[in-house]
Amino acid sequence: MQILQVEGLSKNFGGLAAVSGVDLQVESGEILGLIGPNGAGKTTLFNLISGTIAPNSGKVIFNNEVISGLKPHAICKKGLVRTFQSCKTFPGMSVYQNVLLGALFGSPGKISREQADVETREILEFTELAELSDVPAESLTLEKQKKVEVARALATKPKLLMLDEMMAGLNPTEVAESMELVRKIRDKGITVIMIEHVMKAIMNICERIIVLDHGKKIAEGTPEEISKNKTVIEIYLGE
Amino acid sequence: MVLLINIILNGLLLGGIYAVTAVGLSLQYGVARILNIAHGEYIMVGAFLTWLVHTKFGVNPLLCLAVAGPAMFILGYLVQTFLFRKLKEKTPTPAEFEGSSMLMAFGILFVIQSIAIFLWGTNIEGYSYLAYSIYLGDIRLSVNRLVILIAALAICLLFYLLLTRTRTGKAIRAASQDPDAAALMGININRMLALCFALGAMMAGFAGMLISLVYQLQTNMGMQYTIIAIIVVVLGGLGSIPGSLIGGFLLGILGAIVNSIEPGLHMAAYYLLFMILLLVKPSGIFGR
Amino acid sequence: MDNNNKLKKIIGPVILVLILAFMISLPLFAQNYTIILLRTILMYVALTLSWVLFSGFTGYTSLATAVFYGTGLYTAGVLNGVLPLPLLMLCSGLISAVLALIIGTITLRLRGIYFAIFTLSSVELIKHVLNWYEINVLGVRGHYVTRVDYGTVYYILLAIVVLILITTYLIKRSRYGLALSGIKSCEEAAVHTGVNATALKVLLFALSAFFIGMTGTVMATGMLYVDSIIAFNLNYSFFPTLMAIFGGMSSMFGPIIGATVFAYLQEYLITRSPDAYMFIFGLVMIITILYLPDGLVGLYVRIRELLLQKAIPQIRRKISGGKHANTAS
Repeated sequence: MQILQVEGLSKNFGGLAAVSGVDLQVESGEILGLIGPNGAGKTTLFNLISGTIAPNSGKVIFNNEVISGLKPHAICKKGLVRTFQSCKTFPGMSVYQNVLLGALFGSPGKISREQADVETREILEFTELAELSDVPAESLTLEKQKKVEVARALATKPKLLMLDEMMAGLNPTEVAESMELVRKIRDKGITVIMIEHVMKAIMNICERIIVLDHGKKIAEGTPEEISKNKTVIEIYLGE
Repeated sequence: MVLLINIILNGLLLGGIYAVTAVGLSLQYGVARILNIAHGEYIMVGAFLTWLVHTKFGVNPLLCLAVAGPAMFILGYLVQTFLFRKLKEKTPTPAEFEGSSMLMAFGILFVIQSIAIFLWGTNIEGYSYLAYSIYLGDIRLSVNRLVILIAALAICLLFYLLLTRTRTGKAIRAASQDPDAAALMGININRMLALCFALGAMMAGFAGMLISLVYQLQTNMGMQYTIIAIIVVVLGGLGSIPGSLIGGFLLGILGAIVNSIEPGLHMAAYYLLFMILLLVKPSGIFGR
Repeated sequence: MDNNNKLKKIIGPVILVLILAFMISLPLFAQNYTIILLRTILMYVALTLSWVLFSGFTGYTSLATAVFYGTGLYTAGVLNGVLPLPLLMLCSGLISAVLALIIGTITLRLRGIYFAIFTLSSVELIKHVLNWYEINVLGVRGHYVTRVDYGTVYYILLAIVVLILITTYLIKRSRYGLALSGIKSCEEAAVHTGVNATALKVLLFALSAFFIGMTGTVMATGMLYVDSIIAFNLNYSFFPTLMAIFGGMSSMFGPIIGATVFAYLQEYLITRSPDAYMFIFGLVMIITILYLPDGLVGLYVRIRELLLQKAIPQIRRKISGGKHANTAS
């Protein structure tokens, strides 16, 4: 079953095409990697899908429902949630409050305070943040802050999670841990799309990879196919 | 037809004042990222200084530039060095600085205005200078406004040359475009910011002098000129002197049109225009 | 430690209740002058708390207080004698709230300072248009307002202040309080976490305007006469903003203390030397922004921390996150 279909999505910024005519399909339960050189339009594509900005043309279908044009909070409630490239936890709030906010407002339907508390604690356990739950988010290391962001996203009970460069700036041990976390998330039945520059991670955990360049999709396939694809190699070597 | 020409001419004459009103603010926001809500207070002080020197010592008001300009320059320099610079060092993010510097400018507004009221009271003051008209056929031109237009154009031209042709001017512009790179090239950013703030205040002093030639003065008149300056900057584009001229003339003509229809509503029209502009370009009316 | 916390939790409400009981009984023995002074203080406390209710929670600096306060004053003038005071208050509260809904809906997508200057201009726009309307269309300036005795006004204002405090407390405790702190600290993330930030901000803006409008109407009964210039005075926007910043917004006591100090100062100086009041006002604003970013409450917290320095290493140890992450860019 396809959970997400993107059809002919385009966005211009002052005449410059950031994303042009991108089609893509995401199968339920897979981990899809999104790669491409800097400025290829990856984050813009995330912004378009999650409702941060509106597309000039094209549409996004999530769970057999057109979601392009909806506000980000409504898209989140439908079960599509994203994290940010430049980490955006809530400074001034504790780790627990960061995640609780996701549980209270991101879940589809109304949720009681007690229920939200239970779910928040579960997710803090799941992401191994339970010990830090009373610590202010801004005093954590970058790696932990990124984890808080993922935990907050998970608290909204997503069907599809979009991770924007979760592993950038992490050391090899932390990358390995993050890869493990992504797998664990997928095993919970959550589909994952991830933008990533850490090739080792992408090649290891993604079942399928899509390559963007200059706002266009230029290749799609398994990690093996992508690593042999001539155009892709040219782009990365020619950079 | 005559009416139309009159409107356009009046608009152009008004526009000259508006342009000078705006260039200073434009420079301050463009370089220092301070929305100087107290800009109109510098204009008010410049106008009152001109009035004072002219009526007490009989000096030609145009020559009062030599008093109003430097006085405001020094005031601006001190305000930047002792207040805004300190604030910037304490504020973590540029966005926060934008907010807190605006609030601080409100504080400065109150201080300047209360001192002005203490010195000059709250009465309407004024003097007349070249207050007669000449006629070109059916078209009436008031001489003092004509003088203002010429003076305004001259001031803007000199200011433009200062910013584009001199070393200091180039350094200021470099600092506004890329502070980090400018610092690397050995430009003293703090001195540049103080200088540019001072120059902005000096232009406000000049604008005050021009305003005093034709308008009545009151110690509470500052805010309306601040708003006019902001509108002109929005219309003409940030940090551009030709832009401020164009914006000034556009607003001047609009003002002249509203004045010919319903004089009581011309400030309301400015505010309305301002709010519409804010809404139409919400992502940053001061965007380059 | 646990007992200490419990004590801390009840000490605030206990102080509030004691102050409230004192304030309620005050007209029984206080002089008339004291009541008049307290009326002004309560008015500023109400305005400042209402301002904090929106701007403190969301981080958006609103300078529209004068719009809503002016609406309250002006409505009292226009509908003078038509409605009894309680209905009149409700009516102007609602008109202010509707105005806030309109202003909020069109402007709350504006970023920080643009929102501030838009709200500032809205005060001036309304003032100029109404003034023009009074002179050119109505031909009459201003309206008369029937006087209500000071004691009644005092109690009504006290009730409004208590109402605002309760509202603020309930919101702070509710899930919406959490959402609002999210909006304040990072709006983009809050929106992507399912918070309908626009709706929340606009509704809160309207709620705050509702209280401000009611306060305006009550105060009008002591003024006898209102016109557009008197009603839509920008100072009603500036004063509560500074009072809140001066007092500090991290606790509900901050705005109350800030408003009390300045309202008293104003009452004291306004007859003796109004320029001096403006001067002090501006000076304190500058000094507060430079040296007391968290206001008097922040100062208090800092002093207490200095006194309790022994406790700090313990807190440090609790934060096991290690190095600070680079959150810039």
